[in-house]
Amino acid sequence: MSNVLELVNIRKSFGTELVLNNLSLVVPEHTATALIGASGSGKSTLLRCINLLESIDDGRIFLDGDEISDPLVNVDDVRRRLGMVFQSFNLFPHKTVLENITLSPIKVQGKSKDEANTAALELLKRFDLSDKADQYPDRLSGGQQQRVAIIRSLAVNPRLLLLDEVTSALDPVLVNEVLTAVRDLKSDGMTMVLATHEMGFATQVADEVCFLESGNIIERGTADQVLHNPQNPKTQEFLKRVHQAGRL
Amino acid sequence: MSEKQNSAWSPSSREIQRRQSRRAISRKQAGIAAASSIFVLGTLALILVTSPGWETVKTTFFDIEYGKEVFPTVIKGLWINLQLTFIGGAAIGVIALGLALLRTTKSPALTPFRFLATAYVDIFRGAPLILIILLVGFGVPALGLKGVSSNVIFLGTVAVVLTYSAYVAEVIRSGILSIHPSQRAAARSLGLTSGQTMRFVVLPQAIRRVVPPLLNDFVSLLKDTGLVSILGVTDAVRAAQINASRTFNYTPYVVAAILFLLITIPMTRYTDRAIRQRTSAQNSEGAI
Repeated sequence: MSNVLELVNIRKSFGTELVLNNLSLVVPEHTATALIGASGSGKSTLLRCINLLESIDDGRIFLDGDEISDPLVNVDDVRRRLGMVFQSFNLFPHKTVLENITLSPIKVQGKSKDEANTAALELLKRFDLSDKADQYPDRLSGGQQQRVAIIRSLAVNPRLLLLDEVTSALDPVLVNEVLTAVRDLKSDGMTMVLATHEMGFATQVADEVCFLESGNIIERGTADQVLHNPQNPKTQEFLKRVHQAGRL
Repeated sequence: MSEKQNSAWSPSSREIQRRQSRRAISRKQAGIAAASSIFVLGTLALILVTSPGWETVKTTFFDIEYGKEVFPTVIKGLWINLQLTFIGGAAIGVIALGLALLRTTKSPALTPFRFLATAYVDIFRGAPLILIILLVGFGVPALGLKGVSSNVIFLGTVAVVLTYSAYVAEVIRSGILSIHPSQRAAARSLGLTSGQTMRFVVLPQAIRRVVPPLLNDFVSLLKDTGLVSILGVTDAVRAAQINASRTFNYTPYVVAAILFLLITIPMTRYTDRAIRQRTSAQNSEGAI
């Protein structure tokens, strides 16, 4: 099993604030890695660094063995190999669902419109959204919008999917339909890194759970180990608070 | 909505009472509005009609017979204003878009052009239009450049285009800057280049957002084309001026003003409607 993503000693600061501190992570193919931790612990920044939306201050990032943290690398080529789904969906409001999904396949991958539409409609069918193809995003519920965003990122056949708190903007009922979609992707063998506040979800899909604190992974292991038998006092404290909030 | 209502539903007596109260309130408000309008407009009319110079003003500004006589020449001049507006408007659109893109680009190769675009906007947005018209209209022919027309209509249009491109560029730029960075992040994460992101994601949304202010500028443009009359272009203003100075009767000015209003008032009403629609659309987006 080869490694899709490898992070070596990543360091990132915003001004004087150190956001990622000497962080290392390996994500093998067909596995899901969940990043948990309090807000501000660096989860989102880490995902944005992997996607080259933020530049790192030190360390190395490898995607399928290629070093993508090299400043000479073509960032557009790298991003074509990655899919990213955002907390706030970020669908394009002036484009229909179908146009949102086919934009990148047509403009970036150079597919014909017919070819892109066929592939997109197939994905929409799989996620039970066929009837929404010609609607504009603002006519959809939050859960539907987020599923469209997931489809949009899948349409470019990414090697790795980055999910940034994809359910945080949704109510509990809608959370479920999005989580089901992600679970399906996992069983199809998609490699992913997901930042999440849903501990139950992390348990279900993640092969490895990483607990971030002050920009570093201070505890990692299987979901069972980290979530149910944490060793680090800070992980214990965090999980206790999550438990008190009724989110475990 | 009404179809979703239960057909067996009929308003309660309390609701009927409330509706009667609301009707009574709106009747009262309509009455107050009518009374106050009659009072204010009546007072203004009275002041006008009873002023000592009213009779003279009536004959020198509102001479209907003379107005009819000059109408054909003024409307012929207005045709020049309209042509100038539409041809100039097209040129302004293209130049302003270019300026706005230059001012928002981060490309290092375009750095000198970004500075030039900024300087251009500063200069032409800051100088009075009438000065630009005079400078271009009299300055360019004085240069004696070969191949550059000294036609006053052409030079007047150039001056207006130069100035309005700066205004419109700023409107478009504000639209571009108003698009949330998350839209750009989403597009870039899909592998779109920064140029593709601008063209397919940012600009379409930005332009839609600034349509109302652009329509506003379009109305101003039509009015300001009247300024090229100072170069001797026989537009509606100049046509009125020629007639007025021949007879010392100022009715042609009023005719020209009314003709401008006949075009600009519907346009402003339309703009207001566009702004209202935009606002309500944004509100519905905000509810999600």
